[in-house]
Amino acid sequence: MPAVSKGDGMRGLAVFISDIRNCKSKEAEIKRINKELANIRSKFKGDKALDGYSKKKYVCKLLFIFLLGHDIDFGHMEAVNLLSSNKYTEKQIGYLFISVLVNSNSELIRLINNAIKNDLSSRNPTFMCLALHCIANVGSREMAEAFAGEIPRILVAGDTMDSVKQSAALCLLRLYKASPDLVLMGEWTSRVVHLLNDQHMGVVTAAISLITCLSSKNPDEFKTCVSLAVSRLSRIVSSASTDLQDYTYYFVPAPWLSCKLLRLLQCYPPPEDGAVKGRLVECLETILNKAQEPPKSKKVQHSNAKNAILFEAISLIIHYDSEPNLLVRACNQLGQFLQHRETNLRYLALESMCTLASSEFSHEAVKTHIETVINALKTERDVSVRQRAADLLYAMCDRSNAKQIVAEMLSYLETADYSIREEMVLKVAILAEKYAVDYSWYVDTILNLIRIAGDYVSEEVWYRVIQIVINRDDVQGYAAKTVFEALQAPACHENMVKVGGYILGEFGNLIAGDPRSSPLVQFNLLHSKFHLCSVPTRALLLSAYIKFINLFPETKATIQEVLRSDSQIRNSDVELQQRAVEYLKLSSIASTDVLATVLEEMPPFPERESSILAKLKKKKGPGAVSVELEDGKERGELNGGGDRGGDAAIAASNASTPSPSADLLGLRSAAPVSGAAPSAGSLLVDVFSEAGPAASSAGVNDDGFLSALHAPEASDSPLVEGPGDSDSAPPSAASEDPAPPLPESDELLNKFVCKNNGVLFENQLLQIGIKSEYRQNLGRMYLFYGNKTSVQFVSFSTTVSCPGELQSQLNVQTKTVEPLVEGGAQVQQVINIECLTDFIDAPLLNIKFRYGGALQNISLKLPVTINKFFQPTEMAAADFFQRWKQLSQPQQEAQKIFKASHGMDTEVLKAKLLGLGTALLENVDPNPENYVCAGVIQTKAQQVGCLLRLEPNAQAQMYRLTLRSSKDTVSQRVCDLLAEQF
Amino acid sequence: MIKFLLMVNKQGQTRLSKYYEQVDIEKRPSLETDVVKRCLSRKKEECSFVEYKDFRLVYRQYAALFIVVGISDTENELSIYELVHNFVEVLDKYFSRVVSSIMFNLDKVHIIIDEIIQNGHIVETNKNRILAPLLALDKMAEAH
Repeated sequence: MPAVSKGDGMRGLAVFISDIRNCKSKEAEIKRINKELANIRSKFKGDKALDGYSKKKYVCKLLFIFLLGHDIDFGHMEAVNLLSSNKYTEKQIGYLFISVLVNSNSELIRLINNAIKNDLSSRNPTFMCLALHCIANVGSREMAEAFAGEIPRILVAGDTMDSVKQSAALCLLRLYKASPDLVLMGEWTSRVVHLLNDQHMGVVTAAISLITCLSSKNPDEFKTCVSLAVSRLSRIVSSASTDLQDYTYYFVPAPWLSCKLLRLLQCYPPPEDGAVKGRLVECLETILNKAQEPPKSKKVQHSNAKNAILFEAISLIIHYDSEPNLLVRACNQLGQFLQHRETNLRYLALESMCTLASSEFSHEAVKTHIETVINALKTERDVSVRQRAADLLYAMCDRSNAKQIVAEMLSYLETADYSIREEMVLKVAILAEKYAVDYSWYVDTILNLIRIAGDYVSEEVWYRVIQIVINRDDVQGYAAKTVFEALQAPACHENMVKVGGYILGEFGNLIAGDPRSSPLVQFNLLHSKFHLCSVPTRALLLSAYIKFINLFPETKATIQEVLRSDSQIRNSDVELQQRAVEYLKLSSIASTDVLATVLEEMPPFPERESSILAKLKKKKGPGAVSVELEDGKERGELNGGGDRGGDAAIAASNASTPSPSADLLGLRSAAPVSGAAPSAGSLLVDVFSEAGPAASSAGVNDDGFLSALHAPEASDSPLVEGPGDSDSAPPSAASEDPAPPLPESDELLNKFVCKNNGVLFENQLLQIGIKSEYRQNLGRMYLFYGNKTSVQFVSFSTTVSCPGELQSQLNVQTKTVEPLVEGGAQVQQVINIECLTDFIDAPLLNIKFRYGGALQNISLKLPVTINKFFQPTEMAAADFFQRWKQLSQPQQEAQKIFKASHGMDTEVLKAKLLGLGTALLENVDPNPENYVCAGVIQTKAQQVGCLLRLEPNAQAQMYRLTLRSSKDTVSQRVCDLLAEQF
Repeated sequence: MIKFLLMVNKQGQTRLSKYYEQVDIEKRPSLETDVVKRCLSRKKEECSFVEYKDFRLVYRQYAALFIVVGISDTENELSIYELVHNFVEVLDKYFSRVVSSIMFNLDKVHIIIDEIIQNGHIVETNKNRILAPLLALDKMAEAH
């Protein structure tokens, strides 16, 4: 063989490389390189034209310097010059430099293209190959435009040299991947497919890559390749070909080509033609048989090459998933490999078996290897192999072996490598849930998980155990008892405290009968962990405490004491402080009934896809993929048991709904919402407005936390339509037209007659908060659209329209909102309103967006009512009565007598009347029980004076409301609006 | 497909790198360091396939020379493992002492790789045909 650097070897380059290699330090190397760079630069800039040889030498040095990891910012032009040289070595160095160092967006591309064009038409095969390599390496769009038409011709032309065909095939592949629109196969398709029959194996090897890619994109067009591939494969496998001699590798005929043919077949379903299929099955059987034959060589290369084909054949068998016989044979073969001394084989066998496990034909066969796999999990020295073993256990798990597998995985977790613990935890959690027949086993498993690998138990996992405990009342008592016991450990993981706090807060009463777990013992146990926990856990514990007050009145004093302590009520963390203050207040003000309502047991969670599964899917990994497949089949079983017939139906109705992340406590969503709508938490406001005036002030600055606690309950109310829930909004789901306003939108409107801020609308996906202010006849409204999910809303748009007459009465201007609302984000929209004249209807707000592909279409009434344009007018008694008399025509007056639908508390009434926008006049009406108000409605056209008198009759629980104004329509409208408020 | 091929010495220095997927030149050194670290740290009895980001590494050691190939999941690991060996045998056939020779003949090593892999796909596995262009070239040079 030729010695090193013979012929035109560049001595200067060899010297330079030796110098570099002899450098004692990095500094010395850099110094030598800088010296050389300066030298090359001066040579390139010099006046003397360099000959090809010198140019090549310097470009080569630059290349070497680059490969040592240094930046090269010059020499590109010289390299391009080398392309037009007639000397192969110079041309080649030029192309090499360009392939390695020129990015596809370089400005030099034009010059390079010219050189390539010359070489392609040179009919010199070596030059043509160099040019094709370069196109393939750079692959820019400009190059594709220039050469995409030319290359297929070169590829199929009869007189093209084999080596050029090989390059052309792969060059075309690169262009097709980069710019598929420019590579039009049309007329060439059949001739390209027939390259599979080329007598030269190298051409077939190259062409098959191109055909595989094209077939996967246009399977129909390239369908004919299946029979050609089968016959080629058959000739190789049966060693019938005579052209194999040079392509035999350690006694294995054409291993790489065989693998590629088998891979190509995986782009298609099993052949329909019986003869082709028969031939293929024969091939696959031969391959499986050969694995059993004694090796023709002891060399590892021989067995590796043979097994490469075998694994690829097994992939194809799994892909077809239709030949039970072959599947079982494949499984047995892999089973042998599981105990092979070659680590590589064990690894690949475990991985391959993972996909076999999801086939119904081979699932049972795979299961027979469980002991071997468990053994691998315990004894393999390579973590990546153990990882595969764990994946396989997960894939082969079913109801029959779940307990064994989960137990093995749990015990493996204790010593598992840190890198795979989180995934293991997720898998154990999923298997435990999926195959739980006995839910106490499930609870035990998850608590064990927390005990063994608490740090790796993500939120999804412990949320899930709580969801399941809440939804299944047969396990609640057991769960309470178990967490109580688990919390006895002197050091228990914070996640255990979270689960414990939550479960005892809900179901502590179920174990309170035992004096060893009496309410106070439970509380003291929880509270002993309090100080070691982080803020979110403490917040959770505070909620558990308030629930305790409801569950066990006897703990009230102790807990109030804790809440009242400075470390709670003055905690520097605002969330904790607020909870302490509110809970303390709640526990001291609210009656037992109210308390019981507010702190009622959590309603069942809607059945939804396990968030853990979603998380595992996010993590990549072959194991996860196979389970996804399996999961589709077993969906109905997801929440196993079978004793809750409704589950399946609920699961099905939710199946299309990628559920909002399971934010059990509203910890995350409450924060942004509260910022947006200062008096959100309407639930709490309602509770307090009935409870009394003192409490209502507390309600005003509530942050919606309690309402978040009740969010799942809200989801049961008719207000909320689940996305895609066809019962409540049939027209909205399908059509792009604005949906008709929700039936409850009038009710929503009434909520805002006497207030300007609050939550206008809320469902599982979206919350709309409102803040508004009015002056004279102008108003400005801020709408806050909050995405409650973790998935973005797309094509989000809102429109405000004034139906019918309203168009001439109100002038409403909106600014458009961004079409994307990220998960958990909130967008704001400003609406400017001008009141032209008095009006009755309310503007319509339509919101459309896509969530997980489904169009959401919601229409609401915007709470703009005539009273918003009131300006309060203070006046003395005499003035009032004088004006009252002036407005004595019958049409100027509107009157209603109605029954009280809320409490008749003085302060609440006053607050509402003030909220209406009028001035509340004291000492005017001779009867102190009555209320009188005055205000002027400001419209652009006119001002309408308005007087109001409200006469409550506490005994009869009735009101009489009288309105007088200079305009009959106004009197009537204000009267109607206000009558709904009391 | 094959994403890249690296030839690395025992100290972890890249001797040759060939990329078949666009990787920014600035990002290559850090990718190489990371990849090499993962392979070099593995023991003999550990398997030769490493999961790395969204693809796999197949590596093989020859005395002080490591060859690492990054592949996508459409590629057959064992066949790549043997492809590396085939490649080394070609180098062996052409150069007498592989490890030091490749340093001085990077251009020729590139020619050889280009004959075996183009564009991330195996294009030729026959040793004689792989070496044919190079031998033709040497003949031309001798004729000078």
